[in-house]
This record gives sequence, C-alpha cells and structure tokens, in this order.
Amino acid sequence: MAFQSANNHSLRKAFSFLVSVGTFFCAILVIAPLGIVFFHLVDKGASSVNWDFFTKLPKPPMESGGGMANAIAGTLTLLALAAAVGVPIGVLGGVYLSEYGSSRVNWWLRFFGDVLNGVPSIIWGIVVYGLIVKPTRTFSAYAGGVALGFLMLPIIMRTTEEVLYLVPQGYREAGLALGIPRWKVIVHIVMASALGGITTGVLLALARVAGETAPILFTAFGNSFWNHRLSDPIAALPLQIFTYAISPYDDWHRQAWAGALVLVCFTLLVNVTVRFLTRGRTVKV
Amino acid sequence: MPDASAISKPVAGYMAPPSRTADKAFEWLTLFMALTVVLLIVLVGWQLAAGSSGAIRKFGFGFLFSTQWDPVNEEYGALPFIYGTLVSSFLGLLIAVPLSIATAIYLTELAPRWLRQPIISLVEMLAAIPSVILGLWGIFVMVPWLQKYPFAWLKNPHHLGWLPLFRGPTYGVSLLAGGTIVAVMILPIITSLSREILVSVPNLQREAAYALGATRWEVTRIAVLSYAQRGLFGAIILGLGRALGETMAVTMVIGNRPVISASLLKPGYTLASVIANEFAEATTDTYLQALFEIGLVLFALTIVVNLIAQLLLMRFSGESLGRSVQ
Repeated sequence: MAFQSANNHSLRKAFSFLVSVGTFFCAILVIAPLGIVFFHLVDKGASSVNWDFFTKLPKPPMESGGGMANAIAGTLTLLALAAAVGVPIGVLGGVYLSEYGSSRVNWWLRFFGDVLNGVPSIIWGIVVYGLIVKPTRTFSAYAGGVALGFLMLPIIMRTTEEVLYLVPQGYREAGLALGIPRWKVIVHIVMASALGGITTGVLLALARVAGETAPILFTAFGNSFWNHRLSDPIAALPLQIFTYAISPYDDWHRQAWAGALVLVCFTLLVNVTVRFLTRGRTVKV
Repeated sequence: MPDASAISKPVAGYMAPPSRTADKAFEWLTLFMALTVVLLIVLVGWQLAAGSSGAIRKFGFGFLFSTQWDPVNEEYGALPFIYGTLVSSFLGLLIAVPLSIATAIYLTELAPRWLRQPIISLVEMLAAIPSVILGLWGIFVMVPWLQKYPFAWLKNPHHLGWLPLFRGPTYGVSLLAGGTIVAVMILPIITSLSREILVSVPNLQREAAYALGATRWEVTRIAVLSYAQRGLFGAIILGLGRALGETMAVTMVIGNRPVISASLLKPGYTLASVIANEFAEATTDTYLQALFEIGLVLFALTIVVNLIAQLLLMRFSGESLGRSVQ
C-alpha cells in the first residue's frame, strides 16, 4: 500500500499539505466571481442609483435622466402574481408529500419535481406564450406571473415538504388523540408550527424568480410606461436591464448597471436575511 | 377540587365522529396539487409539440442536421444551435468541474472548521446572482478582458494559435466567452451538490483509512472519493443540464451568429439564445414553429440529461440528493 513505508512519511504529509493549499486556491477562485461582479456593480452602478431612479419613468434614448420606477413596480406585481400561482399549489403539494403520500408515490412525485426543476427557464417562456399569450392575443402581466409561478412551484413544494418533516410526530399524534380531524391537525398544528419554515421557502423562491428574465421575455414582454391593467404588458427590472445592456447608448448602460445593483441587493438581502434568521436549523433551502 | 362528575360528563358534540368527507376532500386536494408537477411536464411537452408540429411536418428529421438558418427564405435548421449549446456547455464543464470538485473536497475534508461555513455561504450567494446580471457583467467587463489578455495569448501562433481551435480574428464575444460565463453559472451548483455528496460519505470509511496511517489527502483519495464517485458524476451531469438551458448570460456574450466554426474564439449561438433573441420578432408562422421546435429539442435534451443525473444521484444515496440546489 501507498502508506506502508515510514521513511517517506514526511513527504506524504507535505504532499497532503500541498493538496490542501491547492484546493484552497480553487475555493478562492470559485467565490472570486461574486466579489468581482459585486465590485463592478457598485463601481459602475452606485452613482446612478438616486431618487429619480426609484421614482421616474425611463427616458427615450439619447435623453439623460429618467429611472426605472415602472420596472420596480412591475417586478413586484409579477412576484405577487407568481406567488398567487405558485404558493397555494406548491405548499399543498408539499403537504401531500409529507403527510399523506406512500413512499412509492412520493418517490415518483419527487422525481418529477426534480426533473421539472431542471426545465430551462426559457422553455417556460414559450410554453406560457402558447398557453396564455396566443389565445388572449396580448402579452400580459398575468402571463408573466404564471410563467414565474410555474418556475417556483417545484421549489416551494420541496421546501414545504422538508420543513413539514421537521414537525415532531408527537404533535400530530397529540392532535389526533384529541379527536381532531386529520385535516385540521395538518392545517392548525403541523402547518402552523412550520409556518416560519414555509415562509422562508416562499421568500427564497421569490428571490430566485425575481431575477429571472428568460420566462418573461415573451409573456410580460416589458413596457416603457406604467402598467394600468394586468392584462397589458408590464415592465420588469431584469427585462429592463437586458434591454438596456444590449442597447448602444451609454446612458442606458449606466441605468442597466444601476438596475442590476438594485436587483442584486434585493436578491442578496432576502437571501442573507432569511439564512440569518433560520441559522442553525437543519433545513436547507 | 373540581367536581368529578363535571369532568366525566361528555361535552356535547365532542364525541360525534369527525366528518370523513372533509378529511378525504383535503387529502384529494393536496394530492391534486402534488400531481401538478406531473401535469406540468405533460403540459410542457404537449405545448412544445403542438407549437412545432407544422415545422416538424415540413422539415422532418432534416431539421436536426441542417445548418441553414435563414428566416428570409424560410430555411430552418437546428445544427448550429445544437453545436453552440454543446460546445459552450462542454467548455463550461471543463472549467467548472475541476474547480467545483476541488472546492467541495476542501470544504468537507481539508479546510479548518471555522472557514467552512463562510465559504459555503459565499458559494450560495454566488448562486443567487441572476443570470442577466452576470450577462451584463460579461458584456462590459469579462469579454473586453478576455479579448485583451487570454484570447490574445491563445491566438498567438507561438502559443496555441497554430491550433484550428484558436484561429482567426476575434471580437471577444465567442463560444469560449459563452463557455466561461456558463462556468460561472454552474460553479455554485456543482460545488454545493458535490459537497453534499462528500458529506454523506460515512465517517467509518475515513476512520478506517486513518487507522491504516493515511494522511488527510490519502484518506480523501482512497476512502472518500472512490466511495463518492458515482454521486460526483451525477452532480456533474446535473450541472450539464443547467449549462444546456442557461439562457440570458450566454445570449449576451456568445455573439449570436448561427455558424459552425472550429475556432472557439468565433461567435456562436445556442438553442436557448436563439429563442430568447428571435421569438418576439418571429413574423411568420413557420418561423415561430421552427423556434418552438428548437424549444422542443432543448427540452428533450435537458430532460434526458436530468433523468440520468437524478438516477445517478438517487442510487447513490437512496433518495434524491441535491434537492437544496436550485
């Protein structure tokens, strides 16, 4: 065996140390993009994040100034619509997996959930286009919300299932022993005690889909003005960043950096807060 | 002391048998909600097939092998996009896999304990950066830098420029730039998943190797890596699945030209990018159907890759791992 002779022991220890150092530098390389991207976002975007950015509509090209107020409002609207689609289905689906399903059925449901989670987000864009935009003949906030809702569904289902597993079995038994119907035990005892965890999962799913661009390209479509009806096209922060980034105008590039900084801060803020609040719990989301 | 008779007296309604209908209804409701995952997969397949049926009838299997993408003359072929998708994903894996697995090994086996959680958190934060923002950074920071240093070095005939892979004039936006941004996108996924797999290796494995006098690295190599091989392979395949479907960041740096060229420094195009760029401006029915068929090809590709990954990961641990990776 490789480690039988004693005289090369220090050599082997030295090699082991070298591997430690090498893999340490790999770890640094893996997290380096985070620091570099964040540095450039602040460097190029911070100066354009001002009061106008949050309160004004975008200006036409070649005119300086303007903001992304409609895109910020649009993203929040889309998130609310997405939550309306994804949260009830995802949470109740998670309840089935945790409380009712036999292990065989659960295996298949989880399997399909994982496969669904791997469907590229651009695919959701064209599927919802065919499902909603084409029949209604208009891009709309509804279509964008549905696309994002489908995207977050498997994530919420999974996290809900996992946090419900953490509720001690004794709680359920105590409830049932009192003669409370099972569905009430699940809703008022099991889900109530896991409410924090369920909320965490929902928030993380929202933070993730907030930055999604591909599914809303041909569903929400974008809009340079305020959206007055949910059946009309609506602006969104990631869409606006994309449009501005590939435009030829310097002023729009500056706005794109500012929008990116705001979006990243929102996403990271939700992530960090949620992880900080749920620190030490065993659920990984 | 409470009156004993008051306790034993049954409260009205308390003993009535609970309604089974409500219970059954709730169970069926949750089952139906859980079944939406199956329903949605069917819906996706059906929508894509229905949307592309015209193009499938018109072009047949030739669609997959034709290199023509000419909307003006209504000629559509998917090969340049399949090529671009596979090449950029492969380049992404080439860069990301060694780094990710080395990081996972460092985090589970070699790093001092106090350093582990901070690095894990940072990796998770990297995963939270939206694709479109990496694309923005890619256009304005990464591509000019790549063009200036690594590309200039690679295409120098004294270095690697004599290889067909690195020949020709460069514009920065290229297959290699696409592959690099894909690597950044999948680094956190493969890292977290590999870490989970290494963590799940039983400690008995490690202790046995330590008992034989192995050093830390030898323990990792002999006891941990050989045990975790299949799971790590599954993690890589799952990363490949994400790489194939990666859209925004790649679209912004790959150059978007439907050509097949040997040089990695030339622009390319991917399945996801062509949908993102051209779907909204597809003016004719055939054009739209061709893009739907591109979507169908992409869907089929990712489904197959994801199925393989899930099977590898499930067999490894008896249940599906990587459920924390989004």
